[in-house]
Amino acid sequence: MSGAGTTRDPVRHVPRAEYLTTVKELADEGYAMCIDLTAVDYLELPNRRLPDDAEPAQRFEVVVNLLDLRNRRRLRLRVQVPEDDPTLPTLFDVHPGTEAMEREVFDMFGIEFTDHPDLTRILMPEDWVGHPLRKDDEVGRIPVQFKGAHA
Amino acid sequence: MSDTTTSTDDTAVSYYRRSVAGTDEGDQQLRPRSELTAKELMREVGAVLRMSEAEAAKLGDLPDDPDEDQTMIINMGPQHPSTHGVLRLMLELQGETVLRCKPIIGYLHTGMEKTGEQLTYAQGGTNVTRMDYLSPIANELAFAMATEKLLGIDGDIPERAVWIRMLMAEMSRMASHLLFMATNGMDLGAVSMMIYGWREREEVLRFFQEVTGLRMNHNYVRPGGVAADLPAGWRDGVLRILDLLPERLDEYDTLMTGQPIWRERLQGVGVITPGEALALGATGPILRSTGVEWDLRRDQPYMHYDQLEFDVIVGSYGDAFDRYAIRLNEIRESMRIVRQILDRMPSGDYRIQDKKVTPPPRARIDESMEALIHHFKIFTEGFKVPEGEAYASVEGPRGELGCYIVSDGSANPYRMHMREPSFVNIQCLPHMMRGGLVADAVAVISSVDPVLGGVDR
Amino acid sequence: MGIVNDVLDDGIGGLSHNVITGKLEDLINWSRSRSSWPASFGLACCAIEMMATGGAHYDISRFGMEVFRASPRQADIMIVAGRVSQKMAPVLRQVYDQMMEPKWVISMGVCASSGGMFNNYAIVQGVDQIVPIDVYAPGCPPTPETLIHAIETLHGLIETNQILKRRNETGAGANVHVEYIEPGSQPTPVLLGAKK
Repeated sequence: MSGAGTTRDPVRHVPRAEYLTTVKELADEGYAMCIDLTAVDYLELPNRRLPDDAEPAQRFEVVVNLLDLRNRRRLRLRVQVPEDDPTLPTLFDVHPGTEAMEREVFDMFGIEFTDHPDLTRILMPEDWVGHPLRKDDEVGRIPVQFKGAHA
Repeated sequence: MSDTTTSTDDTAVSYYRRSVAGTDEGDQQLRPRSELTAKELMREVGAVLRMSEAEAAKLGDLPDDPDEDQTMIINMGPQHPSTHGVLRLMLELQGETVLRCKPIIGYLHTGMEKTGEQLTYAQGGTNVTRMDYLSPIANELAFAMATEKLLGIDGDIPERAVWIRMLMAEMSRMASHLLFMATNGMDLGAVSMMIYGWREREEVLRFFQEVTGLRMNHNYVRPGGVAADLPAGWRDGVLRILDLLPERLDEYDTLMTGQPIWRERLQGVGVITPGEALALGATGPILRSTGVEWDLRRDQPYMHYDQLEFDVIVGSYGDAFDRYAIRLNEIRESMRIVRQILDRMPSGDYRIQDKKVTPPPRARIDESMEALIHHFKIFTEGFKVPEGEAYASVEGPRGELGCYIVSDGSANPYRMHMREPSFVNIQCLPHMMRGGLVADAVAVISSVDPVLGGVDR
Repeated sequence: MGIVNDVLDDGIGGLSHNVITGKLEDLINWSRSRSSWPASFGLACCAIEMMATGGAHYDISRFGMEVFRASPRQADIMIVAGRVSQKMAPVLRQVYDQMMEPKWVISMGVCASSGGMFNNYAIVQGVDQIVPIDVYAPGCPPTPETLIHAIETLHGLIETNQILKRRNETGAGANVHVEYIEPGSQPTPVLLGAKK
C-alpha cells in the first residue's frame, strides 16, 4: 500500500492460520497491550495491492494494533478474512481487553470470533438485522423534508 | 532439575552463583506472557456477567420468591442520574454487594463511522468532534493527524499551527477534567462541586468561544492546521484563566482531597491492578493510577510535546482516589504546559500553504479565479487523499484516542475508525465493582469517567 | 349539574367561566410555569450545555428549574437533550409515559428536533416521531441562552394553558420553533413573566 505516511507505521500482514500464534509470540516479545481491534470491508476495492508475501486479498480485513510499552513501539497486524467463512480465533485469552472490540466487529461486520465468551451485539439492538458497516448495508438516509409547514 | 555446581570457594558471590544460578522454580516458574489465559490475567473470579439482554428480561417473568441468599439482577440505567450518559449496567447483587456486572452500551450509537465514509476529509472534523464531546479538540486532532499522515504533510505543518493545536488541546483537557471534578463531586454527594466545576469550565469555554466561535464541538483543528488564527487579545484570555484557576483548585483540595468523608468514599474503592489494566487495554488516568507511567505525550510524543517540560502524574493504589487526584493534578500540569506555550508561541501561518488542502483566504476569492475554483473544489468535492492506511493517536483526557483511516484515493475516507478510550475503559467496570457496594458502583463509574458519545460512536 | 359535568370533562379549565375559579385557574397556571421541574434526559453533547445552563453562570434556578428530577414521576418538563438512537427510542417513550400529567417536552438541539447532522440508520430523525414536542430549540449544541429562551417560551405557553387544551384535542404538541441565540460574553438578560 502506498501513501507517504503509511511507510512509517510498522505493519505486518499475518496469514489467517498463524494469527493467534503470532499474537501470542508478540505478547512474549513485549507487545503487552492490544490497543485496538477493528475491521475493514474491502468490497469496493477488490483489486487493492498487498505485499507479495501476504495472503491474497479477501473481502474483510481485521486490523489489530499492538503496543509495546517498554520499548515504546507499535505494530499493526492485518489479517485477511474471506467472505464465505468470516471467522477468526478470538484474542480474548491473550488480551482480555479485546472482548468489547470483537463484539463491535461482530456487530458491525458479521465476523465471528471462535471461542469468544459472549459474542452478541453491542451497539445495535439485539434483534437488529444486518451489519451496518458493511459496504452493502445502506446508510439509511431519509429524504429530507422541510417541516416548516404547520399542519 | 537444579544444576548446583560444587565449588570450594565460599565467598558470598560464589555462594550466590551456586544457589541461584541455574535453578528452576518448577511449577512456580514465571511463564511467558503468551501462555497466560484470560482467567489468570484477570484473576478471573467471574466479575463479568455474560448474559444477553433477552435472557435478563426473561428473569423478570419468574415468580417472585427471593431467598435470603439469592442473588438478584437489577438494572441501572440507561436513564439514571449517575451513569454519565446513557450507560446501562446489569448488576447482580447479593444484598448490597455487587457480585457481577455487565455494562450494556449502544444507547447513543450514532453511526459516526458510517457517516464518516459519506463526508469529506474537511467535513470529517464535524463528525468526529461529537464523539468525545467533553474534549472535542482531542478527537479533531487525532483525525487531522491521521489525515495528514496519509497526505504526507505531517512534517510540514507550520510551527504556529502546531503550537496553537497544543494550546487548544491542553485547554480542552483542562475543561474535561474540570467537568470530571464537577460530576465526580456530585455523584459522591458534594453537590456544590457541580456548581464550582461548571463555574471554572465556563471560563475555559469562554476562551474557546473567542478563538473558535463555538463553546463546544468546535471543528477547529482541521487537516493542514487550524481553521483560523488566534484572535487579538488571546493572551489576556489565557492569562486570566491561569490566574484564576490555581486558587480555585486549592479550594477543591480543601473541599475534597483532605476531607475524611471524601477519602472514605474513594480510597480502596474500585481497585484495579496494573496487570489487569494492561490486559484490558485501559489507558489514561486508569492505567496511570495503577502505577504504570504511560503517557503518550511523553512516551510517544506528537506535535512538540518533547520540547515542553511537564510531569506525568502517577498513582500507586489503583483506586478511585488516585484517579481523582491524578486528574486534579493534571489540570495543574496542563496549566504549566499552557504557560510554556504562552511564552513560546511563534508567529507564522496557522495552516499549511498547500493549495490542494487549504482553502484560500476569503479576500483572495474576489481577486483570483483560481482561488475561487480551489475554494469551490475543496468545499464541495473535497481534496483527494492518496491511497493508504494510517493510524494516529493522541493522549486524550481519558486515555489513548486514536484514529485509523483507510483511504482509497478519493475525497471521502474509505473507512474511518476511532479508537476511543472510554469504549475500552468501560471493560474495567466489572472488575472494579466486584465485591463493592451499590453506592461504590456510582463512585467507580464516576472515577472511570466514561463519555458515552465515545463509547457508542 | 352543568358545573360537575365541566369538571369531569375539562378539569380546571372547564370552570373558567366562573369568576372565582377563573382566578384559581390563573393561579395554578402561574405556579405551574414558575416551578416546572425537568426530568433529566441528557443524552449527548446537548446534555453538557443543559448542565451548563444549570450552573452558576446561566442559572435556571431563577426560573425554578434547577432540580433535575431523576424520577419521571416527579418531573414536569422532559428536555430531550441529544441524539436519540434506535436503542434509546423505546426508553424515551417509556420515560415519557411514566411522567405525570401535565407534562411538556422541549426538544433541545438539532439531533433531537430532526436528526441533526446524522441522517443515517442509527438515529431517530426527530424525537417528534416518538413524543409530542412543545418547543424546538435549534443549535448544535444550543447555547444556554437559546435553551433559556426555549424554556421561557414554554413557560409563557404554560401560563396560557393553550398546550394542554390543544393536546387533548389533537394529541400534538405546541410545535413552537425558537431562534438560535449566538453565544455572548455575558448572559442575555431574560425578563421574568414575559409571554412571548
